[in-house]
Amino acid sequence: MSDDDVLLHVEHVSKYFGQIRACDDVSFDLWPGEVLGIVGESGSGKTTLLNCLAARLVPDSGLISYTNRHGEVSDIFAMSEPERRMLARTDWGFVHQNPRDGLRLDITAGGNIGERLMMVGERHYGNIRHEAETWMNRVELELGRIDSPPRTFSGGMQQRLQIARNLVSGPRLVFMDEPTGGLDVSVQARLLDLLRELVRELQVAVVIVTHDLAVARLLSDRLMVMRHGAVVESGLTDQVLDDPQHAYSQLLVSSILQV
Amino acid sequence: MSARKREAWDGETGYNFAYLDEQTKRMIRRCILKAVAVPGYQVPFGSREMPLPYGWGTGGIQVTASIIGRDDILKVIDQGSDDTTNAVSIRAFFAKTANVATTEETSKASVIQTRHRIPEQKLRADQILVYQVPNPEPLRFLEPRETECRKVHAYSEYGVMQVKLYEDIARFGRITTAYAYPVRVNDRYIMDPSPIPKFDNPKMDNSSALQLFGAGREKRLYAIPPYTKVDSLDFEDHPFDIETWDEPCGLCGATDSFLDEIILDDQGSRMFACSDSNFCGERRAEGHTGPMTNDPATRIEEGASKNV
Repeated sequence: MSDDDVLLHVEHVSKYFGQIRACDDVSFDLWPGEVLGIVGESGSGKTTLLNCLAARLVPDSGLISYTNRHGEVSDIFAMSEPERRMLARTDWGFVHQNPRDGLRLDITAGGNIGERLMMVGERHYGNIRHEAETWMNRVELELGRIDSPPRTFSGGMQQRLQIARNLVSGPRLVFMDEPTGGLDVSVQARLLDLLRELVRELQVAVVIVTHDLAVARLLSDRLMVMRHGAVVESGLTDQVLDDPQHAYSQLLVSSILQV
Repeated sequence: MSARKREAWDGETGYNFAYLDEQTKRMIRRCILKAVAVPGYQVPFGSREMPLPYGWGTGGIQVTASIIGRDDILKVIDQGSDDTTNAVSIRAFFAKTANVATTEETSKASVIQTRHRIPEQKLRADQILVYQVPNPEPLRFLEPRETECRKVHAYSEYGVMQVKLYEDIARFGRITTAYAYPVRVNDRYIMDPSPIPKFDNPKMDNSSALQLFGAGREKRLYAIPPYTKVDSLDFEDHPFDIETWDEPCGLCGATDSFLDEIILDDQGSRMFACSDSNFCGERRAEGHTGPMTNDPATRIEEGASKNV
């Protein structure tokens, strides 16, 4: 692939919280349709990095540029705020660890899914409804629950709804912050299965933050291992997990519990 | 109340003309000018304590106080009626502090302060309609963060407003929002038209009269200048419509006005009557009758209105 194809270009991104170095000189490129896993222990700066990438936090230094559908490359922090917000609700998606952060809990499931459509000017109730039903099916939510508010959903259902709400606009890049955190193992497995299927089918690029190496192994093409805000190792997922080079990666891989 | 005899302002009441001091009135007028210049935009203003509780029309009363002149004729309505507590009190307030003439006749008034209704009679270019607004932010119940609301307005990201209407249809099969029905002013700002019934929304569109909105507690003013486009939000397959009634007004027989349902006894009998008391009264004076004009149940109501 040529350099022109890069979807998200990240160069020397650093973010400090006072004295704390949350993100230290991170550089990488993300290609369309690629799934990049970011792993590391708690407090290693994974989420901070993700928030910077998604323009939810402004890094102290560095450059993040995004190539849009028309092939135009732009620095996401040089864009005007409305442009950036437009990008965030059309071309991008953000799946929060806690689905209650990413959903409107008083609005029905259908309304949650339809919001992005209405945001970009869809004004036909029937179409919105139809699209919401389609997505309820795709994320394996019971169609009968389309008019229930998400507060009546289980954690796994909420997470699936959040994913549907993000994917309905046909994003090209989705950021996921521990999408399986807080779910029990069987629900986790089902969600991962679903995610893998959707990501492959829609050819959407994903940056997924997780501390669970099994999640990373299952979903991501490429892996970055972070520690103390810095990327200590990166490479193809299988390569990093089967033959870790950095001492910390070795520790991480050897810490996986064997049942 | 008949038109009061006007006398020169003597300041004997101990208040400045129209209660507020001149500096405050100037401040409010500047905000009104800005509001008129940017139709539908909520202008912050330094709302003052008024001698009535928040929610009783402190915003409207401040707007009225700052625009009213000695020659103005004031009409105050509450839910369309001239003779409810709120309307009577505010009318008496300005009669006392500004010594202005007051009227109940829509056509004679130059300033009309209103709560919950727009008069049935078409307003003219030389009239100003002042609304009392409890909650000026149409996004409030969808987006509790004020900072976010302001960005949504600034960037016209109004899709979320549609979500509210979607919810209505999803739950009830039609848009059930019946009052404070959101409108788009001049193809730009989404505005809460205060709790008027959606029946009155079409009257705001391209109105000849200047419309001013004041929210005292929330410290916001906004305006619709004369002849401005005001659209009610809707869906293509669920278009905006107004309330209709199966019966005409029981007193005057009107079929084109907003009707109140009045319970007459505990046996389930009821009647519908115009909410705009002046409109209904004028029609009856012209000889229009409704199905209950001679009904004994309405006699008390007629007697009561004569006493006011």
